[in-house]
Amino acid sequence: MKSSRFDSTVLTFCFAFLYLPIVILVVYSFNASKLVTVWGGFSLQWYRSLWSNESLMDAAWVTARVGVLSASIGTVLGTLAALTLVRFPRFPGRIPFTGMIYAPLVMPEVITGLSMLLLFVALDVDRGFWTVTIAHTTFTMCYVAIIVQSRLLTFDRSLEEAAMDLGCPPVKTFFKITLPLILPAIVSGWMLAFTLSLDDLVIASFTTGPGATTLPIKIYSQVRLGVTPEINAVCTLLIGLVTIGVIIASITTKRNEARRIRDEHAAIRGVL
Amino acid sequence: MAKSLGPVKRKFSPWTDPSATPFIRFENITKRYGDFTAVDNLTLDIYEREFFSLLGPSGCGKTTLMRMLAGFEEPTSGRILLQGKDLSGVPPYRRPTNMMFQSYALFPHMTVEKNIAFGLEQDGLAKPEIKARVEEMLKLVKLEPFAKRKPAQLSGGQRQRVALARSLAKRPKVLLLDEPLGALDRKLREETQFELMDIQHTLGLTFLIVTHDQEEAMTVSDRIAVMDKGVVVQVAAPAEIYEGPNCRYVAEFIGDINILDCAVTENAGVCVHPGHPPLVRLESDGMKIAVEQECPASNGAKVAFAIRPEKVRISLDPPVETDVNTAHGEVWDIGYLGDFSVFLVRLDDGRILRAAQANVSRLVDRPITFGDMVWLTWPLDGGLVLTR
Amino acid sequence: MADAPAPSFAKASPLRWLVVIIPYLWLVLFFAAPFLIIFKISLSDSAIAMPPYEPVFEGFGKLGDFLSALDFENYQSLVEDSLYLAAYLSSLRIALISTLLLLLIGYPMALAMARAPSTIRPTLMMMVILPFWTSFLIRVYAWIGILKPEGLLTVALQAVGLLAPDQQVEIYRTDYAVFIGIVYSYLPFMVLPLYATLEKLDGTLLEAASDLGCPPWKAFWRITFPLSLPGVIAGAMICFIPITGEFVIPDLLGGPETLMIGRTLWVEFFGNRDWPLASAVAVVLLLALVVPIVIFQNQQQKVG
Repeated sequence: MKSSRFDSTVLTFCFAFLYLPIVILVVYSFNASKLVTVWGGFSLQWYRSLWSNESLMDAAWVTARVGVLSASIGTVLGTLAALTLVRFPRFPGRIPFTGMIYAPLVMPEVITGLSMLLLFVALDVDRGFWTVTIAHTTFTMCYVAIIVQSRLLTFDRSLEEAAMDLGCPPVKTFFKITLPLILPAIVSGWMLAFTLSLDDLVIASFTTGPGATTLPIKIYSQVRLGVTPEINAVCTLLIGLVTIGVIIASITTKRNEARRIRDEHAAIRGVL
Repeated sequence: MAKSLGPVKRKFSPWTDPSATPFIRFENITKRYGDFTAVDNLTLDIYEREFFSLLGPSGCGKTTLMRMLAGFEEPTSGRILLQGKDLSGVPPYRRPTNMMFQSYALFPHMTVEKNIAFGLEQDGLAKPEIKARVEEMLKLVKLEPFAKRKPAQLSGGQRQRVALARSLAKRPKVLLLDEPLGALDRKLREETQFELMDIQHTLGLTFLIVTHDQEEAMTVSDRIAVMDKGVVVQVAAPAEIYEGPNCRYVAEFIGDINILDCAVTENAGVCVHPGHPPLVRLESDGMKIAVEQECPASNGAKVAFAIRPEKVRISLDPPVETDVNTAHGEVWDIGYLGDFSVFLVRLDDGRILRAAQANVSRLVDRPITFGDMVWLTWPLDGGLVLTR
Repeated sequence: MADAPAPSFAKASPLRWLVVIIPYLWLVLFFAAPFLIIFKISLSDSAIAMPPYEPVFEGFGKLGDFLSALDFENYQSLVEDSLYLAAYLSSLRIALISTLLLLLIGYPMALAMARAPSTIRPTLMMMVILPFWTSFLIRVYAWIGILKPEGLLTVALQAVGLLAPDQQVEIYRTDYAVFIGIVYSYLPFMVLPLYATLEKLDGTLLEAASDLGCPPWKAFWRITFPLSLPGVIAGAMICFIPITGEFVIPDLLGGPETLMIGRTLWVEFFGNRDWPLASAVAVVLLLALVVPIVIFQNQQQKVG
């Protein structure tokens, strides 16, 4: 078919465009030569020098801690926010709440970062690990809220009614029926929150303080000085980490997807 | 109703006994959603061990009524009594009713076994007791080999059985079934209808079923409540609903029926045949109709005459010595249904009447065919005068 | 069939309100309140102190003095200094061009994905999402190595013979590099909403069009494209707004003449330490973004 050949050409070009730069970066992280344009043979020397670069390793450790902590708090808050959005259709102040959930998704990071910083200054808080964590929690919880919300919207409420009908009180029903079924969405929300925190440069730059330099901040300052193979190695490690995370997340969501489709089918057949 | 029409399914009719106390009583129930009145000042009694149907088109309030009994909705006004006790304010998880959901609502993360055990676990029953009850239920619905499967690994019919077993496991005082067979194909649906009746009979429970499928309601129920726009239009046994609908709405909703607008010409209370109801004479655009029926309508009153197609005889020959309960016309269309053929006859005055005839022989070419001029006749007790 | 609207059996208990209150308070404290502070500081004067602005709020007793010290001086300098206006306009121009480029590339891609066999669609989906999960910074950084004068692109073009050995590609640190970086970074954001609407499109519609005698290219313009407009709008919004405030891409790939408001804000804040002016820039940027969205949504509601 003519259109299918056109389609595969488009896809080939677009995916080449999307992946080539990353592949080049990964390949050159194993380059023995310090020059980008010269291939000096396979080598792990940049990974070794990375290991001994204390300031980079410190930054990585800070980033990991900020990521885990902010993703975890953000996931709890985001899940609560999603429940609010879906299960409380009419509560006072719903419109500003919805606005506050969606705004951080499109808000330029410079604004979010600046506003958070000014808050911390106004509150006279010492900036550092905790302020970055709070800032990250605030914007990642919104992403979690959106993901969990979309799962809750397709959630078959009759499952909860059935549990209650069989004698299960509401709170217990939430933990026995609702939570296990939306868990995959919560997990992928956590993953997204974690990677967003891992990636963030702008908001972290505004809200950080002495002793809490995150990896992106470190990478940024190095990149401004010029391309270094060591940064290639860091980036390759981060890409690897994210790839594994995405694959795990997509496996769990795919299972979740299948279940959702099934629920919907059952409901549709019921309607007909 | 003056007299019971036709045989009832079994000798069970507590509603005819004035001393019987109802098991469930809906008392002046009204349910409003904003401006919309879903259920309108409805009063209804259901008796113990009864298989009771709420029948009506979608949006008539039948599901709302059932959900109020289950406790998922609170009535705007009125109260629901179960064995004389007011259920107001009792949450769904403390009501002795269980529901089989239209979507089945099987917990997808639990096995069949766990699904059935769920309600029993909520009651804090001992493990061995739960196990025994689950096994009993699995046996009842013939699903023993599937105990360890997840709902996703079952067919539609099997899922329906799990849902049934789960809602029966707690031995509810009332089992509520919301369109229980809607998702099954026709053949399986018919089989399951009989199984449901069997189970209800064996366990001696009260079943309340919501359905929009009149055949289903007719097959399974002891009594049917036909609902329209939030009110019950008629409550009666299936045969009575079919043969003696109390208004046009019920007559048209259940089965196929011819309806003619008429005026009463004579209603003197004269019995022609001893032991039968008195004769009512009607006229519809020149057509003379006579019906044996107790009827409050006086002379000149506008009424409707209703007659089911299978009670109209179709013939190529004119009737002998009468011009009452007869009509002449041309065969306009024939619907072949296998067991029956339905003839659409266009009368000389342009109206269309339907007559059904059982196909008693295997002849492919019926003696009556398109374009034939035919005579339609019906007996005195074939049709019905509807005053509303 | 659904006889009954949403269930209302569970009466809201005080405990249930905690579900609402906790995230609400968090967002009010850490998201909404900061905007009030930004606004307040944009009215303050820059000072050599910590914090580098005055007046500083010192209790309600001096509220009068505090309020009288606030003024619109910073906004005045935004208007008077043509640099800021130029930066706003340049940001909008870059965002607009980038969004159009993204649509031009993203639409055929999303369409091709939606028309792919359903078995490989999830894989394609994941391939689009994967780069979206890797760091912006890393992706932009990857392009530096390619685009810089002695970078891989130069080497590749010289090898093919399109470029003389003494010539170099002069894209790095120009607006072109910024466009490449933006299109590259935002492509998944554009493709995903487009794909979501295109995939949901009922295939029988096209069959019906074809059955009624409509050739495929015409069917595309008369059926597919109009029905995919919600996705086009969603994708354009998702890309346009953050691109306008983009900092990393113009900073790393753009040249000194690449003016973008996010970068200006950053420089005012970190370089010149003029917090009040940076705040004023942020307020204006925010208004420039929020006002069109509100107008757009009102328009949508009128249509719907």
